[in-house]
Amino acid sequence: MRRLFDDELEELDSDFTEMGLLVADRISAAVTAFTDRDTQLADRVINHDHEVNEREIALEQKSFEMIALYQPVTTDLREIVTILKAVSDLERAADHARNIAHAALKVTDKERIPELEALINQMGTKTTQMIRDVLTAYTSVDEDRAKQIAQIGQELDELNHDARNLSYEHMKSDPEFKTAASIYVNVAQDLDRIGDYVTNVCEWIIYLKSGRIVELD
Amino acid sequence: MLVNPSHAVDPSKERHIELLSDPAHPVILETHDLKVFYGQKEALKDADLQFNEHEITALIGPSGSGKSTFLRSLNRMNDRVAKVTGEINYRGIDINQPDVDIYAMRRQIGMVFQRPNPFAKSIYENIAFALRQRGVTNRHELDDIVESSLKGAALWDQVKDDLNKSALSLSGGQAQRLCIARAIAVKPDILLLDEPASALDPVSTSQLENTLLELKRDYTIIIVTHNMQQASRISEYTAFFNMGRVLEYDTTTNIFTNPQIQITSDYVSGNFG
Repeated sequence: MRRLFDDELEELDSDFTEMGLLVADRISAAVTAFTDRDTQLADRVINHDHEVNEREIALEQKSFEMIALYQPVTTDLREIVTILKAVSDLERAADHARNIAHAALKVTDKERIPELEALINQMGTKTTQMIRDVLTAYTSVDEDRAKQIAQIGQELDELNHDARNLSYEHMKSDPEFKTAASIYVNVAQDLDRIGDYVTNVCEWIIYLKSGRIVELD
Repeated sequence: MLVNPSHAVDPSKERHIELLSDPAHPVILETHDLKVFYGQKEALKDADLQFNEHEITALIGPSGSGKSTFLRSLNRMNDRVAKVTGEINYRGIDINQPDVDIYAMRRQIGMVFQRPNPFAKSIYENIAFALRQRGVTNRHELDDIVESSLKGAALWDQVKDDLNKSALSLSGGQAQRLCIARAIAVKPDILLLDEPASALDPVSTSQLENTLLELKRDYTIIIVTHNMQQASRISEYTAFFNMGRVLEYDTTTNIFTNPQIQITSDYVSGNFG
């Protein structure tokens, strides 16, 4: 039996996925702006940050309405709760993309550190892919895939650690690099945090599938 | 005495669902292989359920699923219309035996029906009548029981100055609470309620639910309801019936958040049929 609720839930799902793809694009653009020192692209990321916030609020409002009007239970409830929690994580991930865009503006006149840029690029590719994959795992309610994606979060931890060590080495060897290296450290930290937020989404996919609330990190 | 002691249940036959073990709320009533036949039709198949003391259990399921048949069997109200086989163990005694004193048993296991059915007598007499039949004749004692029963059913404050008024003048919600007061006046152990709020408006329903939550301190409550929110609001355990079988029995939280069977999920989500 098809319910009106099912149509609204489908729309909510689709809006959630769209928001996720938007966040993935923002992260990718912010990292490109940083590594290419593209200030126009960085400005665009900063100026369009409100779009993600507005989508988060719209999804939250719609979720509250559906809970109040339909009083969903079991898998219906879990799906709405998953979206409600995951949109917060995605919005926070987008905040870190905005931080990276701000860092891109600050780093333009500083020394380049190619090894660190390579690490940042690698982390950017991983986080963007993580978000795209987590949206697929959400759509297919794939618990195993969610667990695999969360493991990439640990790889990001290690890359962040490497980036920090490399930055400190540059700071020690040449004080000229001090400001630039600290900006690189912050960007690596931002990307690591994005990985943590995607890991949270993975946890909510497991909840959606099984009803269990787990910690994956 | 409720029953011939020879019908005491052999403890070795007792089966407990591990999930329901709760030292604070021991099992007070349980059924084993309970079957109900209306003629050739088996309306209830092998129902094995346990009910904990001072807790509320909701019986849910579509119309014709067997939940009311099950409820009515628990105090032998199906005896005249159906053949009921299997065990109904009330505090270790099988009350589904022919020589059980049904009237004594019903003092322990009372029933409140779907539609309020007050007698065409005064509010006071609705409660005092049954007590007099059971030998309570002292006016002070009757007054005390009428007052405590009406208080227990959260009706006293509304009717204390109108006890001699006809019970038929009460609103639906008040009449249903009077029926609850009448049921608890004889101090039963267990209250069976068959969709007690189905004829009530939302405010009366909410008052009735609050009354039931108060009453569970002193009584064990088993309620049939078609209102999923009601089941989720007030019960500790929920049994889902379908086509004469108990398909799932679990904590109400589990039934409404993470049921183990898809058909239970579909039913409580309104995605059934």
